[in-house]
Amino acid sequence: MAESWIILGGTSSMARAFARAVAERGCAVFLAGRDMDDLKATAADCRQRGAPLAEALRFDARKPEGFAALIARLEREEGQINAAVFVGSMPDQAAIDADPALIDGVVADNFTGPARFLQMLATVLEARGGGTVVGVGSVAGDRGRLGNYVYGAAKAGFHTYLSGLRNRLGRAGAHVLTVKPGFVDTAMTWGLEGMFLVAPPEKVAADILRAVDRRRNVIYTPFFWRWIMLIIRTIPEPIFKKLSV
Amino acid sequence: MRWKTTEYTGWGRALRARADLARPERQSALARITAQAPAPAIGQLRSYGDVALNSGGKAIDMTRLDRILGFDEENAVVEVEAGVRIGDLGLAFAARGWIAPVMPGTGFATIGGCIANDVHGKNHHVVGSFGQHVVEITLLQQGRRRRLTPEKTPDLFRATVGGLGQTGVIASAKLRLMPCPGDMMVLTERRIDGWDEFLAMLDSSRANYTVGWIDATAKGARLGRGILEEGEITSGVSPTRSRAREVPFDAPQWALSAPVVRLFNEAYFRRVPAGGRTTVKPISAPFFPLDRIHNWNRLYGRRGFHQFQCVVPVAEAPALRRMLERIANSGLASPLAVLKRMGEGRGGYLSFPMEGYTLAVDFPNRPAAVALIAELERMTEEAGGRIYLAKDALTSPERVRRMYPEHEKWLKAVTRADPEGHLITDMVRRLKLRSA
Ligand SMILES: Cc1cc2nc3c(=O)[nH]c(=O)nc-3n(C[C@H](O)[C@H](O)[C@H](O)COP(=O)(O)OP(=O)(O)OC[C@H]3O[C@@H](n4cnc5c(N)ncnc54)[C@H](O)[C@@H]3O)c2cc1C
Ligand SMILES: NC(=O)c1ccc[n+]([C@@H]2O[C@H](COP(=O)([O-])OP(=O)(O)OC[C@H]3O[C@@H](n4cnc5c(N)ncnc54)[C@H](OP(=O)(O)O)[C@@H]3O)[C@@H](O)[C@H]2O)c1
Repeated sequence: MAESWIILGGTSSMARAFARAVAERGCAVFLAGRDMDDLKATAADCRQRGAPLAEALRFDARKPEGFAALIARLEREEGQINAAVFVGSMPDQAAIDADPALIDGVVADNFTGPARFLQMLATVLEARGGGTVVGVGSVAGDRGRLGNYVYGAAKAGFHTYLSGLRNRLGRAGAHVLTVKPGFVDTAMTWGLEGMFLVAPPEKVAADILRAVDRRRNVIYTPFFWRWIMLIIRTIPEPIFKKLSV
Repeated sequence: MRWKTTEYTGWGRALRARADLARPERQSALARITAQAPAPAIGQLRSYGDVALNSGGKAIDMTRLDRILGFDEENAVVEVEAGVRIGDLGLAFAARGWIAPVMPGTGFATIGGCIANDVHGKNHHVVGSFGQHVVEITLLQQGRRRRLTPEKTPDLFRATVGGLGQTGVIASAKLRLMPCPGDMMVLTERRIDGWDEFLAMLDSSRANYTVGWIDATAKGARLGRGILEEGEITSGVSPTRSRAREVPFDAPQWALSAPVVRLFNEAYFRRVPAGGRTTVKPISAPFFPLDRIHNWNRLYGRRGFHQFQCVVPVAEAPALRRMLERIANSGLASPLAVLKRMGEGRGGYLSFPMEGYTLAVDFPNRPAAVALIAELERMTEEAGGRIYLAKDALTSPERVRRMYPEHEKWLKAVTRADPEGHLITDMVRRLKLRSA
C-alpha cells in the first residue's frame, strides 16, 4: 500500500538519515523546512535511494499561516500518511538569559509550531483511520537543568502534547511515538563542550524506525538514556537544585 | 559555524594533528565557510599519512555533504556531493545495473578524497584512474564557485584531480558510471608459488579486476608466493548486507609481530585450495575486503603504522623483486601486502599511476621499518618509479620532485588557485610542494 512521510525539520541530519531509511522502503517523502535548496538536495537523494516521490515543501514553525497549504498537499496523496517532527532549536542558555524574548522562538520551534501543525494533521489521520506520528523531543525535557532549561521546558511541553495526541489518535487507529534522544552528533551539538556518549544520527534514525514498526509509545535513543534519565529524575529536588549536571 | 578543536590522524595513525574542524551539513554553510575561513577539506581520513592533516590550523570535514543529487541515465552521469562514500554509491547503483568505474580498496573513501588522490582500483589496467571518469567538478575557491571540466578548464582540472585538495574545496562532482550486470562478483583465487609466476600471471590475466596478495614474509624459493584474485561482475542482486565488526581498542605490540604474521600468512595462503577456487560473492566483499572490520588500523597499537606503496615501470620488475627480498629479510612486514599490474591511465599532474607494477606493504611504525622504507624509496626512485602520496608520511621533498615530473605545472595552477596558501596541509609543508 502507498505510504507517505512528511518530515518536518528535513535539514537536520537525523531527519536526513530517517528520510533515507523510509525512502529505501519505497515510501514517498515530503521534506519540510526553511532551506529549500538543502531540502531539494535531500529529496533528490531520497529519489535515488528508492522513494517513488520526494518533494521539498516550505515550512516555518513560526509561521502557522503556511500550514494549511502543507496539509492540502499531503491530502492529495493516497494511502497512509505519516509525519515525523525533527524541528527544534537550542540557543545558548546564556543568550536567553540576556534576551528573554528568545523564549518565544524556542517554544515555537520545539513545541507550539509543530503542535499546531500536528493538530491540523490529526483530523486527516482520523479521517483515514491510521498513520503514524513521530515526535522528536529530548532527554532535556525530562528535567529542567541549569544549562538548557528553556529548551527543556519547551520539549517537556511537546512530550505532554504528544502523550495527549497519542491518547486521542489511538482511538482512530493512528499511532504516536515520542522519541527522546540523548546526545546526537549533529550540527546542533558539533563543537559543544561537555558532550559524551554521542550517537550517530543513523543510529537514532534506525531506532526510530524500529520503534515505529513495533508501535512503541515512548523511546529513549540510544536506549541507555532511559537509565541515565531515571537516575537524573530520582535525584530529590533539594539536592538537584544545587547540581550543575 | 561552530569549530571543534580536536586531534585527528590519517589512517596510519603514525602522525597526528590538532586543528579546528568545521563540519557543514549543507552547501550554503560550506560556501560560507570557504568564503570566511578558507581551509583544506578532509574526507573520511582514509589516507595513511599527513595529506589530510593541518596541525594548528583549520580543516573542513566534508563527510556530512553526502547526497546523491541526480542520475542522468541516458549519459550514465551521476551527480554527487563530495562527501558521498564511494562504497555507498556502489551499493546504491550496482543493483540498478550501474557501477562506479573505479573503486579503491576501501568503500569509506569519499568522492572528494577519490578525486584529490586520483585513486585507482583493481581494474586500473582496464579503465584507468578515478579522475578519468569525472566529467565535472564544482570547486569552491574562497566562496567563489567554479565548474571545472576536462575540456573547458583542462589545466585547473588536471591540477585538481590528484591535486591533494590544494586548488579549492570540491563541493560536488559528476561522474560517468559504467553499466554492470548486477552486484555480485565471480571471484577466482589461485595460489601462486613464487615471484616469476606471479608476474607472468598478472601479465596474462584477462580479467577486469585483478589483484595479488603477496606473502611478504616468504623468502628463498618461495619469495613472491601469494594468491592471485581475478574477478568479474555478474548478475544477481545480493540479498543481505553483512554486519561490520569493530576493533574496540588499540592492540598490544605482539599482535603483529613477525611470528604471528608468518603464521597468519601461512594460513591465509593455505585457505585457498592448491587447485584454486571460484566463488560468487556480493561485490562489497572483494572490493572492500577490510571494511568488514571497522578500525582495523587499531591492530597496530597506539604508535600506528606506515604503508609503503610504489609503482615501477614494467621493465624494472627485477628492482621490485629486490625490494621484496629486502622486505622479506627484514621480518617487519605485516600481512597486508598487495601486488598489482597498473595501466598508464592517470587524470592529473600529481597522479600516482604509471604503467608498471605496484607494490603496497604495511609496516608497524618502528625505527627499523622507517629505515627500511627509506631504502625502498631510494630503490623506487632508482628504478624510475614513484611512491603514492596518499600513503606517504616519510619521504623527502627532493625525492618527490624527481618522482613527479609534472609537479611544476601543478604548482603553477595551484599558486593561481590559492595564492595566499589557505589550503596548505602538513604534507604540503613537509614536502615543500608549494614552493618552487
Ligand atoms: C583499506 C584501504 C584501502 C585502500 N585502497 C586503495 C586503493 O586500492 N587504491 C587507491 O588509490 N587508494 C587506496 N586507498 C587510499 C584511499 O582510497 C585514498 O587515500 C582516498 O583519498 C581516501 O579518501 P578520503 O575521503 O578518506 O580522503 P582523506 O584521506 O580524508 O583526504 C585525502 C585528500 O583528499 C583531500 N580532499 C578530501 N575531500 C576533499 C574535497 N571535498 N575537496 C578537496 N579536497 C578534498 C584532502 O585534502 C586530502 O588531501 C586505500 C585506503 C585504505 C584505508
Ligand atoms: N543533537 C542532539 O544531541 C539532540 C538531542 C536531543 C534532541 N534533539 C532534537 O532533535 C531534533 C533534530 O535536531 P538536530 O540535532 O538534528 O539539530 P539541527 O540540525 O539544528 O536540526 C533542527 C531542525 O529544526 C529546524 N528548525 C528550527 N527552527 C525552525 C523553524 N522555525 N521552522 C522550521 N524549521 C525549524 C531546522 O531547520 P533549519 O535548517 O531551517 O534551521 C532543522 O531542520 C531537534 O528537535 C532537537 O531538539 C537533538
